[in-house]
Amino acid sequence: MTDERQQKNSKLAVKLVVVALLMFGFGYALVPLYNVLCDLAGQNTRVDSVAKTETSFTVDASREVSVELLTALNKSIPLEFKVETPIVKLHPGEYRTVKFFAKNISKDRLKARAVATFSPGLVKDFVIKTICFCELEQIFEPNETKDMSVRFVVDPALPEKYKTITLSYTFFDITQTETQ
Amino acid sequence: MSAVVAEHDDHHDHHDHGPEKGILRWVFTTNHKDIGTLYLVFALVMFFVGGTMALIIRAELFEPGLQFVDPNFFNSMTTMHALVMVFGAVMPAFVGLANWMIPMMVGAPDMALPRMNNMSFWMLVAGVLLLASTLFMEGGAPASGWTLYPPLVLQTGKAFPFAIFSVHLLGVSSIMGAINVIATIFNMRAPGMTLMKMPLFVWTWLITAFLLIAIMPVFAGAVTMLLTDKFFATSFFDAAGGGDPVLYQHIFWFFGHPEVYVMILPTFGVASTIIPVFARKPLFGYASMVYATGAIAFLSFIVWAHHMFTVGLPIAGELYFMYATMLIAIPTGVKVFNWTATMWKGAMTFETPMLFSIAFVVLFTMGGFTGLMMSVAPVDFQYHDTYFIVAHFHYTLVPASIFILMAAGYYWLPKWTGNMYNEKIGQLHFWLSAISVNILFFPQHFLGLAGMPRRIPDYAIQFADWNMVSSVGAFIYGFSQLLFVYIVIDTIRGGTGKVTAEVWEDAAKHGLEWTVPSPAPYHTFSTPPTIIPTEHIVDH
Repeated sequence: MTDERQQKNSKLAVKLVVVALLMFGFGYALVPLYNVLCDLAGQNTRVDSVAKTETSFTVDASREVSVELLTALNKSIPLEFKVETPIVKLHPGEYRTVKFFAKNISKDRLKARAVATFSPGLVKDFVIKTICFCELEQIFEPNETKDMSVRFVVDPALPEKYKTITLSYTFFDITQTETQ
Repeated sequence: MSAVVAEHDDHHDHHDHGPEKGILRWVFTTNHKDIGTLYLVFALVMFFVGGTMALIIRAELFEPGLQFVDPNFFNSMTTMHALVMVFGAVMPAFVGLANWMIPMMVGAPDMALPRMNNMSFWMLVAGVLLLASTLFMEGGAPASGWTLYPPLVLQTGKAFPFAIFSVHLLGVSSIMGAINVIATIFNMRAPGMTLMKMPLFVWTWLITAFLLIAIMPVFAGAVTMLLTDKFFATSFFDAAGGGDPVLYQHIFWFFGHPEVYVMILPTFGVASTIIPVFARKPLFGYASMVYATGAIAFLSFIVWAHHMFTVGLPIAGELYFMYATMLIAIPTGVKVFNWTATMWKGAMTFETPMLFSIAFVVLFTMGGFTGLMMSVAPVDFQYHDTYFIVAHFHYTLVPASIFILMAAGYYWLPKWTGNMYNEKIGQLHFWLSAISVNILFFPQHFLGLAGMPRRIPDYAIQFADWNMVSSVGAFIYGFSQLLFVYIVIDTIRGGTGKVTAEVWEDAAKHGLEWTVPSPAPYHTFSTPPTIIPTEHIVDH
């Protein structure tokens, strides 16, 4: 092989290695990119856990939306987790507060976080929460019971086709993550 | 394999010596033919390792109930079978063919980066050994399926970081292989060998190499995120920390869908090389073959979520991925049409390589059609995670990629060894394979449509009959592959006699490799060839 050709080969190889490294970075860039792209496409179902300030809507009394509230526990987290009213019927624009109860049934201090999900995913823009417990880490002392409330409103702009909305809360144990 | 010194060469260059003596030749070699042989032998060994795992799976599924293995080991077997076959057998086999054939097909003396070539092979061996070592670790080998989905994969025992590092090694190895292929094709072609004169195998490998460079680093990134989620308290995929396990699926399939084309595009290339020779006609629609390959590669990047129809995509997403996936049928249909048109009114003969190639065209098309069925999002909810999926991708891998690798073996073995293989045993191998592969995989369509889930060691009684049929097919298929090993060894030892340089009738019109002596000398095209065969693109 001539030196000239060898140089050409090495140059091309270096370029291709740079491409490979950039693609490794692109893999990580996909994490925020998916969020941005789904937003742009109006397809983002990722739930924002920050509570909003309360604004008033005109109540649309002509229709009723049923909001189903689910409680779930991840793995074997030692909690009892219940909701006061599993199904809430309300008019769009009407504020409602629902109480949740969670009890630490173990003898240890427990740190947990609730994660909210909506179904169907795209309704999340129309359900506005003004008080929510999922934004905070919850610390449970042994056998402690907590009352937590969620205050929310269904935006009257919600398309007519959605008659039932499911809002599910899952408690995750993050005690381990804290000690690490 | 062929340790023959180039004596015919009157060109006195210091490169023109024969191979080193002894075992170290194979460790330190930078010769593209030696490295090609290493890759091919390694892939064949891994084919039998992965095949043994498949037979453990089929033995367990022969009857309902738990017979031979415990469920966790069963799941390790499905996972390891897939990883070994994808990263240890099919991909290295095609890299082996690329090493042997691309320099000879484009008239180059060697691969562009011979030392890196050696290194990428030995990194592959290290990666596969590391992966195999997880079988003996506390908690067993990974058992989450080859897709390594969290949170399930995070429950892997001590093997977890080893499996991740092994994926890193395999990734680096195939990226280096891909860089080498691109550099060889771009910089080493003989004068006159323009891009649109290159054999289709070279074209498909060029596109495959770009796919590899684009996707393997993304996969490496995804598994690195798994690693940091497990050991360094990041939460890319951990819902408790604000992550989302579905994100992993999006990143994985950004790699995973092009990855399936990494295994099928070189398959298309070999089929497009073999069929014209035995049909004694130029390849029909050469340019459309090149463009179709490019189109398939492009589409492979924008259809990933068809693997995730059931994760809860918004309806617009389901529709987009459904239609985008259906589009792939168009360039693939162009290819199937072109192969058929190449055979149309050809003076066909049916030697073993041609038999395997024809079976590929027929059976791959069936695998393609089930893919089209699954692309329909609403019905995919029924097919998802059932044996229908297993049947589909095995039809596109076994009677497609594996059959074409066998065809390539029979087609080029005389060139590599200088001897003819035993045609009778070759044909026996073909018929046993072609019949048993259908006994093995066709019933899995029925099982899947009836609702049998994949990756389970035990199943409901109504699935018993077809599982038994499938297992019988698996054992016939598995054991008949030993015939191939016998034929390879027999051919190296002399086979049924010496062959000419051209081996197949008029083959020299189709490719430069048939213009050099058989067995191919240790160094070929130290001076570039002057006549480039163009038969494969010119229709007389």
